Amino acid sequence: MVEVDSSSLSSDTLFGVEEMEINFGPQHPATHGVLRLKLKVDGERIVDCYPVIGYLHRGTEKLFELHPFFQNVPHTDRLDYVAAATNNLAYVGAVEKLLGLVVPPRASYIRTLLSELQRISSHLIWLATHAIDIGAMTPFFYTFREREIVLDLFEEYCGARLTLNCMRPGGQPYDLPVGWVERCAEFIEDFPGKIDEYEGLLTENRIWKKRTVGIGILTPEVALEYGVTGPMLRGSGIQLDVRKAMPYEMYDQVDFDVPVFYNCDTYDRYLVRIEEMRQSVRIVLQCLEKLPEGPIMGKRPRVLKAPKEGDVYHAVEAPKGEIGFYIVGDGTPNPHRCRVRPPSLYNIQVLPEMVVGGLIADLIAVIGTTDIVLGEVDR
Amino acid sequence: MSEREDDKPQEGHPNGAQPTPEAPDETKADAPAVAEADSEEAAKAKAEAEAKAKAAAAKAKALAEAEAAREPWERDPVAPEWQEAEGDALAEALKKSFGEGVTAARTFAGELVFDIDLRAIQEVGRSLKEHHGFALLVDICGAHYPDREEAPFEVVYHLYNLEQARRIRLKVGIQEGVEVPTVVDVWKGANWPEREIYDMYGVRFAGHPDMTRILMWEGFNGHPLRKDFPVEGIDTGAAIYPEFYGEEAGPVAGTGTGWKPPKPSEEEPAPEEA
Repeated sequence: MVEVDSSSLSSDTLFGVEEMEINFGPQHPATHGVLRLKLKVDGERIVDCYPVIGYLHRGTEKLFELHPFFQNVPHTDRLDYVAAATNNLAYVGAVEKLLGLVVPPRASYIRTLLSELQRISSHLIWLATHAIDIGAMTPFFYTFREREIVLDLFEEYCGARLTLNCMRPGGQPYDLPVGWVERCAEFIEDFPGKIDEYEGLLTENRIWKKRTVGIGILTPEVALEYGVTGPMLRGSGIQLDVRKAMPYEMYDQVDFDVPVFYNCDTYDRYLVRIEEMRQSVRIVLQCLEKLPEGPIMGKRPRVLKAPKEGDVYHAVEAPKGEIGFYIVGDGTPNPHRCRVRPPSLYNIQVLPEMVVGGLIADLIAVIGTTDIVLGEVDR
Repeated sequence: MSEREDDKPQEGHPNGAQPTPEAPDETKADAPAVAEADSEEAAKAKAEAEAKAKAAAAKAKALAEAEAAREPWERDPVAPEWQEAEGDALAEALKKSFGEGVTAARTFAGELVFDIDLRAIQEVGRSLKEHHGFALLVDICGAHYPDREEAPFEVVYHLYNLEQARRIRLKVGIQEGVEVPTVVDVWKGANWPEREIYDMYGVRFAGHPDMTRILMWEGFNGHPLRKDFPVEGIDTGAAIYPEFYGEEAGPVAGTGTGWKPPKPSEEEPAPEEA
């Protein structure tokens, strides 16, 4: 993997300072998928970093144009494949905006519930992989224990564990199964104690703090310049959360806080996500309490046809940041153009700003903290 | 929900305004034609038409009332429509400072959309960022409209204002082969999305620091999101090794096998709702 220009290897420079180009990825477990980085290193220090993406490009946006609005929901599952519910929500929200569909409140509450459970499960997988990258093995087993229960709840609701396909334009495909609310409440009431367990392992851990505090600094100015969103932005002291700024579904009916931390480093981004899980618990509890009776599907035509001319953009707060869909209609049942605004694409674009000047070992921590999923970076 | 009560006024007409039976008319027509009878008939027809119109109006009114009594999600969906953005402070300010640069300001589904002239996009972007608070460039994407002769390609910018929690959209329509001024100098985050538009549509950005492909591999022949690019793809061998395959080998964009997606049928299964 190491490419060294042999012509420059004279006795003068062999043990001196020599810049070296290293190819990092795409088949490397620490890149969380198929991210490739062209690194220029000076010893252990990174001098330059050039991310190369596209190894998982599947032409999803082309596929969207080929299928009717209904059939596109499963494609969205495969963008950020560890947070399918929020992808579904952004897509169906955009279609509903374009066609003027109205969702009944029960369906809206179920959507809010599902997306918050999804946020918990996505943050759990982030914590597991991030910790294992840095060298802490134990949190992996703890978080996967709880993630399993969340996936079981999803399975009970829609039959799938990861690629949920659990929303439709106009409402929800299924009502909650008998006993689901009780089982969900049972899990969610226990969950804050479980978060304390993770925090007990990591938050005040000396090794963890040494590996994360002051690493991968992302200043608020740089973050805004690059269009960074989600926990990355909130770890840099900017309070932007689509759930609060432009509430969708039932987020204006529930009470929750948006955690913001100001040190701009990997440790603060860890704290943001931990606190977000606690806030998700609050939202889920309120949703379970307020869940109204009633229909789960609004009135909609048999064939969903977009207006002749018109385009909408709808965004929701996914676990990774703002995911948005820009849909252009042309009077047919298919979208003329359907663009995904993936949070991970913008969050990974800023990577060189965070790692240049740091050590290779810290690069691993920084990739972990950006929480990317290449499925949505490459689409 | 009281569905049954809502349905009632639709089925029968409670105010009895049903169309009058046609039977007496026919007997009249059989009788010998007299001028008086004619005028009588005309009067009757007029009265009938009036009654019909009344009935129709009453029916429409009853329907509208029934519709208004329903919950929002039980009504027929109404698609949004384009409207001129009049009286919007931002639209006024932009039109004032850029004149010809801003060709249109409209809203659709509550979202403000500006059509921007190609030459003005950099200045408009900088002004929006520095004077109007649109610090966050949310996204840039392309679109292809083969039917539009004057501007088959479009570059769409989504901006967000953190203080006002407001989104706007800028659109730049361009001809094939025209270079768009880059906005990387304004928002650094524009780098990758602009590369992606070049990769997917072949629209180049003037002044971009790194105008290379991003999702497809370097040396790929074609721009996949163009409407004339075949869905089943192209012969990648010819695309990767042009010197080995020669120029004529393999289809290029727009000359696919002729396969077209099946037309979506009108008969879709009923919604899953019980």
